[in-house]
Amino acid sequence: MSTVTEEAAVQLRVVQMEGLAVLKIIKHCEEFAPALVTGQLLGLDVGSVLEVTNCFPFPIREDDEEADADGANYQLEMMRCLREVNVDNNTVGWYQSCLLGSFQTVELIETFMNYQENIRRCVCIVYDPSRSSQGVLALKALKLTDSFMDLYRNNGLTGEKLREKKLSWVDIFEEIPIKVSNSALVSAFMKELEAESPVSQCDFDRLKLSTAPFMERNLEFMIGCMDGLSSEQNKFQYYYRNLGRQQSQQQAWLQKRRQENMSRKAAGEEPLPEEDPSNPIFKPLPEPSRLEGYLVTNQISSYCNHINGVAGQSFNRLYLMKALQED
Amino acid sequence: MAAPETSTCGAGPALLFPSSSSSSSSARVEAVVVFTICDSFVRRPDQAERVIGTLLGSVLPDGTVHVRNAYVVPHSESADQVALDIEYHHNMYASHQKVNPKEVLVGWFSTGFGVSGGSTLIHEFYSREVQSPIHLTVDTGFTMGEASIKAYVSSNLSLGDRHLAAQFQEIPLDLKMLDAEKVGFEMLKSTMVEKLPNDLEGMESSMQNLYALIDEIYKYVDDVVEARVAPDNKIGRFIADTVSSMPKLSPASFDRLFNDKIQVTTCSCADKWLSWFLPRLTIGHISLLLQDNLALVYLSSITRTQIAVAEKLNTAAQVL
Repeated sequence: MSTVTEEAAVQLRVVQMEGLAVLKIIKHCEEFAPALVTGQLLGLDVGSVLEVTNCFPFPIREDDEEADADGANYQLEMMRCLREVNVDNNTVGWYQSCLLGSFQTVELIETFMNYQENIRRCVCIVYDPSRSSQGVLALKALKLTDSFMDLYRNNGLTGEKLREKKLSWVDIFEEIPIKVSNSALVSAFMKELEAESPVSQCDFDRLKLSTAPFMERNLEFMIGCMDGLSSEQNKFQYYYRNLGRQQSQQQAWLQKRRQENMSRKAAGEEPLPEEDPSNPIFKPLPEPSRLEGYLVTNQISSYCNHINGVAGQSFNRLYLMKALQED
Repeated sequence: MAAPETSTCGAGPALLFPSSSSSSSSARVEAVVVFTICDSFVRRPDQAERVIGTLLGSVLPDGTVHVRNAYVVPHSESADQVALDIEYHHNMYASHQKVNPKEVLVGWFSTGFGVSGGSTLIHEFYSREVQSPIHLTVDTGFTMGEASIKAYVSSNLSLGDRHLAAQFQEIPLDLKMLDAEKVGFEMLKSTMVEKLPNDLEGMESSMQNLYALIDEIYKYVDDVVEARVAPDNKIGRFIADTVSSMPKLSPASFDRLFNDKIQVTTCSCADKWLSWFLPRLTIGHISLLLQDNLALVYLSSITRTQIAVAEKLNTAAQVL
């Protein structure tokens, strides 16, 4: 159908969420914090906007055999029930909570690939409950970039191919801006019910001077990630060293063979072949995947961003305090 | 609660006593519930005038019912009978229980103003499932010209053994929001928000709020001094208390404080919510002062540079 191909070409520009979906996600993640929870997003895919109109949470699964079938049953049951009450039961992605921004894991990528097989366009909404104490609504919509997905499918995460496509760690995830919309009815209700007050709890949170626990945890995680990064780099160094060693071995073997051949020629015998695939030193070494390294790098950069943001806020507060003291 | 008394005869004035029941004293509703109800009302099938559904939540030890979640149940209503899809209700309940076993059935809701005749039957059905359910009405039609959400408990009026009617008594209702939701509250009030505010924008808006508050207080004090407004002693004392709660430090020692690492108690802004702020904020500490912050920003910038360099090295390494 021509309409299908047209839609496929339109880029996803913005994710439009209903206030209801936002509230439900926040409620579910906050209730179970610090455990990590997930849920399904339902909505519509319209042109360049992905609308999320509702969502439902997944139960926390223990890892056993029956859980998989149970989970699928639960999902079907919920979708069927929601269909009866006219909720869009079109899956457009899933949401998950994360701890202090550390959501870039291999599982996330795998889940994305799974979803991508069935749904053309899906997003993952990540909510960070620990940042709400800083007065920030940490809701992010993520998508894997197309180029990265192609590479991942073809198992091409080696240095050569990445350089070819000019893909670096920034290009794995793509963040999409979120818009929040509400029906007129519900916004009328909210306006009436909650009195307009000049300040709110969240202003209070933002103006609080002590940010130490948050910063400390951020730094801790970042240090952990640095360890991860350095171990990845060590892996690569090891690989290159082995490769170099193998190559020198190959050269040496080749030299010997050539000499042998020359002596054989002198003696009038058949020259031996210059290659010997059965020799173990000719076995090509597998290059380790760069995926982990890239993910760790992503995490570190998000921690850095958090720290910068919070430090910026602290500067504001400190100067405010200074001004108060001056008179 | 008065014990039920039976009156012996049918003739003459009858005495009606409500039968004793452990009814809840008040209810608390979370914002999510209101959103769910409004959303399901908007999506209702064309021929239905109102929507009905189940409320889930928990009962606190002091008798307050905390309503945390809700889902709509298909029903059909005509002039004299009401039919509720009971199986659907049980299925959804089971599914919700899988996610959150602590949320139990606490009552039911309906849109529309006031309690109608059909509601009694539905209420009876829910009373069979849970003891003394709460009935929530959400007036989506704005019949009184304002948004009204009311909660009722019912008590049975009986004459002897004969059940006469159910009396719905209104109980006080409180709308509650999680702290995290309050962060995004501005977003929830309007019909469309273009983008979510990030940290610095939020900071800016908080500062502006603070500024507006201080302006208001300033204006009030000015007005009182110029005798434009009658002075209120309570407010005056409040303001005096707040301003004096700011620790007075000499400029030299404050500079040292600002630049070194000492812990100090500090103060907050002045406004009419101060009584709530004050006990909490005056015990704040400046734990991360200027230099620490600068050090952190420096560290994070270095880390970022390091990552960029490392990545270049990794991918640029050629195998010869």
